[in-house]
Amino acid sequence: MATTAQPGTDRTDPTVGGLGRKPRSLWSDARRRLFSSTVGRIGMAICSFLIAIAIITPLVKPLDTTLNRDTPNKLRQPSWLMSDEELVTAGEVSGDRTRNDAPWTTFERPFGTDQLGRDLFIRVLHGAPISLTVGMAAVLLSVFFGSLLGLAAGFIGGVFDTVSTWVMDIMLAFPSILLAIALTAISNDPRSFSYALGEKISNMPILGAIFDTPLFNAMIAVAIVEIPIFGRIARAAVISLRGQEYVTAAEALGVKKIRILFRHILPNSLTPILVQMTLSIATAITSVAALGFLGLGAQPPRPEWGSMLSTARDYVGTGQWWYALFPGVAIMLTVLGFNLLGDGLRDALDPRLKA
Amino acid sequence: MAGYILRRVLGIIPVLLGISLLVFTLIRTIPGDFAIIALGERSTPEQRAALTKRLKLDRPLFLNFEGGNVFDSQYISFITNFVQGDFGDSLKNQRAISKELGERFPATIELSLVSLLIAVVLGVSAGVISAMRRGSWLDASTMLIALLGVSMPIFWLGLMMQYLFGVNLKWLPLSQRLDDELRRTFTPITNMYVLDGLLRGRLDITLNALKHLILPSVALATVPLAIIARMTRSAMLEVLSQDFIRTARAKGLRERTTIIRHGLRNALIPVATVIGLQLGFLLGGAVLTESVFGWPGIGTWLLQGILSRDYFVVQSGVMFVALVFVVVNTIVDISYGFFDPRIQYK
Repeated sequence: MATTAQPGTDRTDPTVGGLGRKPRSLWSDARRRLFSSTVGRIGMAICSFLIAIAIITPLVKPLDTTLNRDTPNKLRQPSWLMSDEELVTAGEVSGDRTRNDAPWTTFERPFGTDQLGRDLFIRVLHGAPISLTVGMAAVLLSVFFGSLLGLAAGFIGGVFDTVSTWVMDIMLAFPSILLAIALTAISNDPRSFSYALGEKISNMPILGAIFDTPLFNAMIAVAIVEIPIFGRIARAAVISLRGQEYVTAAEALGVKKIRILFRHILPNSLTPILVQMTLSIATAITSVAALGFLGLGAQPPRPEWGSMLSTARDYVGTGQWWYALFPGVAIMLTVLGFNLLGDGLRDALDPRLKA
Repeated sequence: MAGYILRRVLGIIPVLLGISLLVFTLIRTIPGDFAIIALGERSTPEQRAALTKRLKLDRPLFLNFEGGNVFDSQYISFITNFVQGDFGDSLKNQRAISKELGERFPATIELSLVSLLIAVVLGVSAGVISAMRRGSWLDASTMLIALLGVSMPIFWLGLMMQYLFGVNLKWLPLSQRLDDELRRTFTPITNMYVLDGLLRGRLDITLNALKHLILPSVALATVPLAIIARMTRSAMLEVLSQDFIRTARAKGLRERTTIIRHGLRNALIPVATVIGLQLGFLLGGAVLTESVFGWPGIGTWLLQGILSRDYFVVQSGVMFVALVFVVVNTIVDISYGFFDPRIQYK
């Protein structure tokens, strides 16, 4: 946190500590480094852009998967590639009566239309809140459980440490997508707890616009698969910090163990966790999209990027490239944004690790 | 050193045991009646009961406390049979799993090896060139492409390449491992078709198999390629700033010798670690790549197995993949000592 200058104290003296400037905290230093690095800035720009889209799209044009179909104009290529005649024809055949057969404008359907004549541009935009929420929620879950597990393992030690490390090693020894597929297959049973929870959530007002039950289950699966990554980081941090002098000092002062863990060790192990979180959001978004692509995640008509690609796949062979192009570009842009932000954060928080 | 290797090899056992427990539990937690899967919806309850009895799936899962032998359980049988090389039959089509593995595993290995080759050769060269021309437009564009590569969802890249090279330009086949008419005239030996073509003296088979390999292997190679390129560049930059490089230059060695013999050899150690880590990615990525390109490998097989709850396919198949994966990782770990004699084993 930035130090607040208090009038009348030494803090206002800009030359305190012989630095020739106000002292800065670790976090404000890191923030300055993040804002001054190109990688960090581009990452932040992409992520803010996507978050803005994710917030604005549902407000401006609430998702309606049934009504905005325009069957006569199904599988139209992006309108800026269409000739004038095609634009006129598209306007004439359009099922939208309010248009009075007016020809399409060049940017009427910038990403083309899908097999039901829906505007792919709108659908891709509506994928942003879904993928961002799912990616972040999955990572928050795995950070929570993973760091708890890792902190406990590192702090308690003994048999608990051995067993939990063993379990984490086993999970990491597995191709993660296979594990996620198996977990999704399990949780998609109506009798499972995760299914019941997913059902409840998909009927809630705002979350229901994001999650359907299979998507919720896919998110849980991805979260479980990522738990050992955070478990390992947290455990390594505890073990390396346990021998530090300030921890010994706290122990000597008789501070309770649990307080040492959460007040002294956890805050100091936040840096690697934070960096990994950002990078994991990118992985989680791809994984959920991959599950959707395999038909195990979000189901149509929900405009999740992976499940859109799953449908678009049938049209690649017949030459409708735009259907698969744009959802994929959206995934790539999102993943790129979080990867860059993660790289920038790593350089900013821990300059020693600079790659 | 020998002690270290022995300890690493013994260390595999608890991991494999854990994996077997995890796989066994997971696949049995997936809901659905296996007898219906095997016999179809229209089978009678008697038929299903008979099958359950024949496959001994009416026994307890882990330990048998119902009298008799405590170890007479499904899990213990699975482990003992697996160790003896008996993988059982598929519930769905009654084919021997070992036979199916023998056909599908080489397909995945062929795909993964070609991908790894592409990733290592292109990745290391791109990294070295980038490091040598640090700050140039070549460096910047290589690293930009690498960055995009890391962020690429490979199933999407696969679709796009299918469209561009298969549908639009019609240069390369969209899926499968061989053209149908060639496949009919040819009996494989190892099931790695590129190799089999050479062994049988059928160059047309090898060339056709390579043609079918290009798209899936490039798609699968993209992410490892990008990671290796980035890693090589940063390792090279670090090495090139060291004193022995200056010495090599000062004593008048040719630039190429300096870079390759003195620079790259030392930079390859961290790169080797990354390459080792990518092997796991290749096996996982194979599920998606194989699914996009209809590649009859182990990834699509396991995916179908999980989705159709084919207990035996999944438990033996995943165990087999995990075994290979863990063994390869251990070999990679141990081999660092040969790359870098400075590494001390404790």
